[in-house]
Amino acid sequence: MSFTLDARIPSGPLENKWDKAKFDFKLVNPSNKRKYNIICVGTGLAGGAAAASLGELGYNVKAFCYQDSPRRAHSIAAQGGINAAKNYQNDGDSVQRLFYDTIKGGDFRAREANVYRLAQVSVNIIDQCVAQGVPFAREYGGTLANRSFGGAQVSRTFYARGQTGQQLLLGAYQALERQIDAGSVKMYSRHEMLDLIVIDGRARGIVVRDMVTGQLDVHIADAVILATGGYGNVFYLSTNAKGCNTTAIWRAHKKGAGFANPCFTQIHPTCIPVSGDYQSKLTLMSESLRNDGRIWVPLKQGDTRTADQIPEAERDYYLERMYPAYGNLAPRDISSRAAKRVCDEGRGVGTSGRGVYLDFAESIGRLGQVAIEQRYGNLFEMYERITGENPYKVPMRIYPASHYTMGGLWVDYHLQSTIPGLFVLGEANFSDHGANRLGASALMQGLADGYFVIPFTMGNYLAQVKPGGVDENHPACAAAKREVEERTKTFLGINGKKTVDEFHRELGQVIWDECGMGRNAKGLDHALARIPEIREEFWKNVKVPGSGNELNQELEKVGRVADFLELGELLVRDARVREESCGAHFREEYQTPEGEALRDDQNFCHSAVWEYTGDNQEPVLHKEALTFDNVHLQQRNYK
Amino acid sequence: MRLTLNIWRQKSANEPGKMVKYDVPGVSEHMSFLEMLDVLNQRLIKQGDDPVVFEHDCREGICGCCGFMIDGVPHGPQRGTTVCQLHMRYFKDGDELYLEPFRAEAFPVVKDLLIDRSAFDRIIAAGGYVSVNTGSPQDANSLPIMKQCADMSMDAASCIGCGACVAACPNASAMLFVSAKISHLGLLPQGQPERDRRALRMLAQLQEEAFGACTNYGECEAACPKGIKLENIARMNRDYLKAALSYREEASAGGAA
Repeated sequence: MSFTLDARIPSGPLENKWDKAKFDFKLVNPSNKRKYNIICVGTGLAGGAAAASLGELGYNVKAFCYQDSPRRAHSIAAQGGINAAKNYQNDGDSVQRLFYDTIKGGDFRAREANVYRLAQVSVNIIDQCVAQGVPFAREYGGTLANRSFGGAQVSRTFYARGQTGQQLLLGAYQALERQIDAGSVKMYSRHEMLDLIVIDGRARGIVVRDMVTGQLDVHIADAVILATGGYGNVFYLSTNAKGCNTTAIWRAHKKGAGFANPCFTQIHPTCIPVSGDYQSKLTLMSESLRNDGRIWVPLKQGDTRTADQIPEAERDYYLERMYPAYGNLAPRDISSRAAKRVCDEGRGVGTSGRGVYLDFAESIGRLGQVAIEQRYGNLFEMYERITGENPYKVPMRIYPASHYTMGGLWVDYHLQSTIPGLFVLGEANFSDHGANRLGASALMQGLADGYFVIPFTMGNYLAQVKPGGVDENHPACAAAKREVEERTKTFLGINGKKTVDEFHRELGQVIWDECGMGRNAKGLDHALARIPEIREEFWKNVKVPGSGNELNQELEKVGRVADFLELGELLVRDARVREESCGAHFREEYQTPEGEALRDDQNFCHSAVWEYTGDNQEPVLHKEALTFDNVHLQQRNYK
Repeated sequence: MRLTLNIWRQKSANEPGKMVKYDVPGVSEHMSFLEMLDVLNQRLIKQGDDPVVFEHDCREGICGCCGFMIDGVPHGPQRGTTVCQLHMRYFKDGDELYLEPFRAEAFPVVKDLLIDRSAFDRIIAAGGYVSVNTGSPQDANSLPIMKQCADMSMDAASCIGCGACVAACPNASAMLFVSAKISHLGLLPQGQPERDRRALRMLAQLQEEAFGACTNYGECEAACPKGIKLENIARMNRDYLKAALSYREEASAGGAA
């Protein structure tokens, strides 16, 4: 099993590529669409939008999610907003500028053609969502309001209070429920995909476990979509929902899908700091807070005075000092590293010393508390609930945490992986954010993929294959199901001494320490030695109570952690061989004299795409060279 | 601090359940309620016992997965807070608490504290949407919407579908949930064409499910972690009454195109 990487980027000028592709695509005539079956795993913004849109077109769709309802997908937790190049504010925005900001924000490690298409369709997304009844924030004149986000100098972010992801997801969910009612989509909630079925080189189905009864079933289709989100929970502590996992994409990777840039993981600068070893997750405080909050630490090391005791002259507003042009709205990777640096210097705040202040005193003084309440009320309440401190009175304490993964399964311009018939959407793919994602761009990408890309590219794929041809009785189905059964039996039979969570924490700690905000060869080599040891112990000493024929949350977790233990190693390996710094991937050996990321475009202007070659065997690295015909490669400058 | 928990244990929908008492020492005030249960579960697993099953996912109070009764109150004693965001600083050493699943005929228990809320999905599928296919809309700013309407719509749209309203209601009514969706869409111009049909269809589905009727107790509003207001039910009733009197499904003349 081996693959070659053909990104299938249409020829011609950048701004005409998508139009050209759409015209060149083959079509399935309306009466033939119902002959095709499509499986869609994941029902967040990308999967929910895709399943609904494909159902509307007349295909037979089966949609799967592990939650009790598609409305629970983790897209719902996105707070701040969604970018679109509408230029409603008349402040100099355009498709070209959103494209450029995204490419630059990603530190020139994303594919030009994909990012340009994303910027183009961004405007359609807002139209679609408004038509669905998404209650975006509005001005008194009735027009849509915008706010600013990191890495941009225009206001192009649309928002629904601090619950933008929730509202966009409910829009997609409602569209999906409408198709479920119409019979074009069949929904399987509380079903987890445990393997991909590949027949004659094409993705043809999945093995799923009914999480209530434990029953394993095979579903066959003409094409499979994975929209299963990112793998940020490899760090154990992250802003992801507890259930977010890599299993679907990792299983697909083991069946032949290339995994691209696993080391591009985003550490979000504004999260509530860790409070103790029982901590189960970290809570994000929206980046939008940086519109009005100022980030600072004491000038002096080890300053234990409370914030109100530290006079103005003894505070270091370090982002404003280091990046005057963007100030507190510097991109996420840069802000996170700056926070780590001041804490490493011993200037961090809070009992752990791993925290910086996000202070609203100046904005409250200037705009009044009511204005701040209207903008961020729910976030302030959430902060107070968690920490017991009132952020209207004392500054918030924040620290970076794992948040988003730019890496994922490699896809071409059609969003197809290296396995024909396997399409990957949203955070699960690697496509648009390069080495660092800008704020409010994840929602944009998820919905772009689901509403406006896959309906075209899926049609083009299906038009070239005959519907049906294999069913659940194919020997490959029984084999895949048996493999899953054996694995379940193995997990239940180990009966060791340590819980699944203990292994997960151990893995997360190694990756956070050695492959988090700063990485170096020595640490990465240590992690590469350590992870296989943890994995070995895991398979001998993990304890999973209960049986396979019931609702068993520990059994659900153990399979996910087993996959994280494999993915974690690939992540570190990818970080080890990428001997440059770019975006969120900061190799300490490669930095400018001012401590900024130092890219090596000579040797690393490519996407690293890993091919699985067998358990405990070294994966093979393929490279997709990135060419930049429309932007000039430069060192990112936010000063 | 040290707590005593009485937790409803039920192996599956078809087996009887019972209260089981647990002693939980070493609880930190900074833990969330679910983190406290995590600690208990880790201990149970090590002892070879079955951990307590409860639903949860985002742990940020937005996905709507979590929720159970603490001393008879959905999501526990702190107002406007889902149980995942409830922190132990609101309890004190020596407290004895009773944890039960949300009780309603329409929400059958699946296991322990975890219930089946798929009735909510079926109600949304019956009409809780605007029928607009992908790709057909006009420019987002072509239709101005009064800020006040957009804000009120957003208030209603904040519902997370957790089911606390049903659990709190002596009638196990789901009127607050349904009315929140009817208000969210009915307050926007985009929701007008289907406003009558939506009210009729969603309420018809509501009756199909085993939810009770609303008799204005108002417990739902008090229990709602997202502050959904009772006035939504009044709006829904108006919509329903108007639709019931004036709306009829159009019979297609056929033969078009």
